[in-house]
Amino acid sequence: MGFLMENRNDRWQGNLFAKNKTFHRKKIFVIFIICLICFVGLSARLVYLMVNCSEYYTDQARELHERERDIKAARGRILDRNGNVLADNKTVCTISVIHSQMKEKEKIVEMLCKELSLSEEYVRKRVEKVSAIERIKSNVDKEVGDRIREYDLDGVKVDEDYKRCYPEGELASKVLGFTGGDNQGILGLEVEYEDVLQGTPGTILTMTDARGIELERAGEDRVEPVDGYDLVLSMDRNIQKYATQLAYQAMETKQADSVSIIVMNPKNGEILAMTNVPEFDLNEPFVYNGTESTDGMSDEKKQDLLNRMWRNGCINDTYEPGSTFKTVTAAAGLEAGVVHTNDTFHCPGFVIVEDRKIRCHKVGGHGSQDFIHATMNSCNPVFVTVGLRLGADRYYEYFKKFGLLEKTGIDLPGEAGTIMHKKENIGMVELATISFGQSFQITPIQLLTTASSFVNGGTGVTPHFGVRVQDKDGRIVKTFSYQRRDGIVSEETSETMRMLLEKVVSEGGGKKAYMEGYRIGGKTATSQTLPRGSGKYISSFLGFAPADDPQVIALAIIYNPQGVYYGGQIAAPVVKQLFENILPYLERMDYNVRGGNEQCVGRQRQSDCLQAELSVAADIGRSP
Amino acid sequence: MAGRFTKSGRTKRSEQYFDYSLLFIVLFLMGFGMIMIYSTSSYEASMDYGDAAYYLKKQLFANVLGMIAMIFVANVPYHFWERFAVLGYLVSAVLICLVMTPLGVEVKGARRWLDFGIGLRIQPAEIAKLCMILFLATMVCRIGRNIRTWKGLGVVMAFPLPIALMVWKITDNMSSAVIILGIAVLMLFVASPEYKKFILVGAAGAAAVAAIVYAIASAPSTEGLGFRGERIRAWLDPEAYASGKGFQTLQALYAIGSGGIFGKGLGQSMQKLGFIPEAQNDMIFSIICEELGLFGAIAVILLFLLLIWRFMIIANNAPDLFGALLVVGVMGHVSIQVILNIAVVTNTIPNTGISLPFISYGGSSVLFLLVEIGLVLSVSKSIRLKEV
Repeated sequence: MGFLMENRNDRWQGNLFAKNKTFHRKKIFVIFIICLICFVGLSARLVYLMVNCSEYYTDQARELHERERDIKAARGRILDRNGNVLADNKTVCTISVIHSQMKEKEKIVEMLCKELSLSEEYVRKRVEKVSAIERIKSNVDKEVGDRIREYDLDGVKVDEDYKRCYPEGELASKVLGFTGGDNQGILGLEVEYEDVLQGTPGTILTMTDARGIELERAGEDRVEPVDGYDLVLSMDRNIQKYATQLAYQAMETKQADSVSIIVMNPKNGEILAMTNVPEFDLNEPFVYNGTESTDGMSDEKKQDLLNRMWRNGCINDTYEPGSTFKTVTAAAGLEAGVVHTNDTFHCPGFVIVEDRKIRCHKVGGHGSQDFIHATMNSCNPVFVTVGLRLGADRYYEYFKKFGLLEKTGIDLPGEAGTIMHKKENIGMVELATISFGQSFQITPIQLLTTASSFVNGGTGVTPHFGVRVQDKDGRIVKTFSYQRRDGIVSEETSETMRMLLEKVVSEGGGKKAYMEGYRIGGKTATSQTLPRGSGKYISSFLGFAPADDPQVIALAIIYNPQGVYYGGQIAAPVVKQLFENILPYLERMDYNVRGGNEQCVGRQRQSDCLQAELSVAADIGRSP
Repeated sequence: MAGRFTKSGRTKRSEQYFDYSLLFIVLFLMGFGMIMIYSTSSYEASMDYGDAAYYLKKQLFANVLGMIAMIFVANVPYHFWERFAVLGYLVSAVLICLVMTPLGVEVKGARRWLDFGIGLRIQPAEIAKLCMILFLATMVCRIGRNIRTWKGLGVVMAFPLPIALMVWKITDNMSSAVIILGIAVLMLFVASPEYKKFILVGAAGAAAVAAIVYAIASAPSTEGLGFRGERIRAWLDPEAYASGKGFQTLQALYAIGSGGIFGKGLGQSMQKLGFIPEAQNDMIFSIICEELGLFGAIAVILLFLLLIWRFMIIANNAPDLFGALLVVGVMGHVSIQVILNIAVVTNTIPNTGISLPFISYGGSSVLFLLVEIGLVLSVSKSIRLKEV
């Protein structure tokens, strides 16, 4: 390339070939030293970042890269006392598409339209949307999900999930409650036993790129979910079914607003059945089933309707108990010794308290009668007299002692408290009305609980559903125990009460509940709802059997019946029908009756027997 | 008096010198760079283009092209280029202006490239750096002793300034403008025997920068500061601007910090999976840190130090000032880019787009760098070992 040099411009020679002097070299060296210093400084910075701050940035980066996905735990089932499933889980699938993984989009659209019966427009829009993951449909049946999985198309994802289902539909809807979108309890026992039922969700830790796509090379870290435990209730599915049936029957024949029935073991507070009709379908809890039209209704109002539909009247609402409450007055009077069974009273058809004239329901009066007959007749003046003999202070003390001022502690959310006068505001008139169950409000479960202690020998029990917690294989994890309080009333008073109340059924106002071959005790009630004079009544009957050693106590309440509204006329037969069918049934079970029975030994066979029994019971129930 | 001429004409005893160390360091950096480009970009490339080697192939093409150019330039006596000094200066100015014409190509919101339809996009700023080195070396030699006066310095500085301004304003590329000015200052520093003037100017500049940073840092809000102001705020506290201007910096810090002492291993970076957008470009050093750890990072820095040391040796032994200044210009170019790039990636200075020489993905950058290396090799060939 020497020829190139021939064109060299001599004029520039002197400068361009100037000597590379010493100071130039020195300066180049200075530049090198400056670079060296910079490099050392940057290296020091790197040491600081990669050694001192390494942990911090590693954590931050991991947080950025890791994605935690929950694996849902199966919610525990709810079983009745015989192991029948009341709340179960079914596997449902969520179908999604992952945009970046789809290859045969046309085929996918076609397949999804066919299998999920969706419009092509809807599916195509989602399949073609550029997103990390797009949900097509959730709550798809497992069979459909399995079918879709079998197509084995890239980019179509089938995730399994659990959904709560209630095989019995409406049964005990207001007691069991239901769950929400995240399988969390929303109502009833599902809320109360959330901790037991929910289990612990597991997690899958995966690494993702910035788009959120999971990386296959990074192994996933999996924490397995722990399924929820099963909850065993004291409820008996068959008794619950039968009680519900009776309640519906009563509601229809009496054109009532609603009917509530509670069946309980008075000795230990185990609730065998609790129904408030109309019930609702637990599998469709957000569908209003009432009579009001929801068209054009605001969301708030719709929610209000739903809340009313879900309400468990037995524990969430209070009412004026009326004459069934005379049991309390009687127990208090007997306990205090201010009245004896052979005391004689005279009823002219009214009683005057201060300036008020309180009428007896029998206009002509009951005339002369002892306390037994006064109870049988449910005579208001007599019970007013007993109340007045006790006096406000003592009556209030008994009211408190019988547990009527505090909640029963039932294992359901939202138990309502008692609405009662303040002690210092109880004058003679108030005392008189309280004595026959008016001017204050309690919950039905409260009345039943207090009445239980009068007939079971004086023990205060805690009404409850939850009996024990067990795992899937039936191994008991925990058995619940409930508070008992002895000496609510004396054994003697309790015996007297049983005798008095048996007389009510065998000879008095509750004779519509009388059954041959069984000794049944009970008390009727008919109370007018507030405001007085509205013509609306609440009829109720409180019954227990056998009268000498109560195994079961039941309360039936009919709200706003049309036509005949006397508790003795309409509520007592309901309890009678109930007892007629469940008493033989209860005796067949080893429940309460020691030694069991010879016919049904194993659980399965026993359950068969129950079924047979129930169908007989149902036939009887339907016959006029 | 270029290599061959000397060898054949003057003295038979003087042996031809060729700086193989420099060549091997450069080749090694390029090879390492391609490995890192593949490692860094393969995931995103296979996502976006369905070809994991998409970026690698393009870089390989530019590298081969650059090497051909380097071999050619290395074999041309460097004095041959002096006659093109003024032409080069004018051409670079014209090319920068061409960016505004339809020949200009906009990538990611910045119009910095020229596309002549030859399969390679050219950044005029890269040409300007090369031309500036040649022009200043020629000019300094021409004005001779006048360089010692303020006036001389001023006259020489008056030439790179408009080019730097054009690069900044027309191609919206402040970092390249800074590099061009930096190269000019370093070449003048070497050409002039003075220290005081440079220390004075340097101190004044540092004070001005400190004042601006302080003003921006203490401003009550980022409003009215412009995006550069915001970048400075993000530099001071990247986590407060994590979703905006501080995003890239913070992601780079995650990569560097999570690398630790020994790194996650080649190919194991997480941050390259889209967390650092286009990690194969300016932020490639952070992925090197993440995958190869502190050791890998320091090894890379040492390689660059070695490279700069070779530049110094060649510059010091260049047979004349023109050759020495050419090498100094290249030395300034490479060292400024390396230092600024690593400083940006480690959030030592505010974020600005500067690629890491020979390693970052970018065709025109490596092409013109290799031409510069060719110049240096040409200068090295003219060294007569007898005189060393």
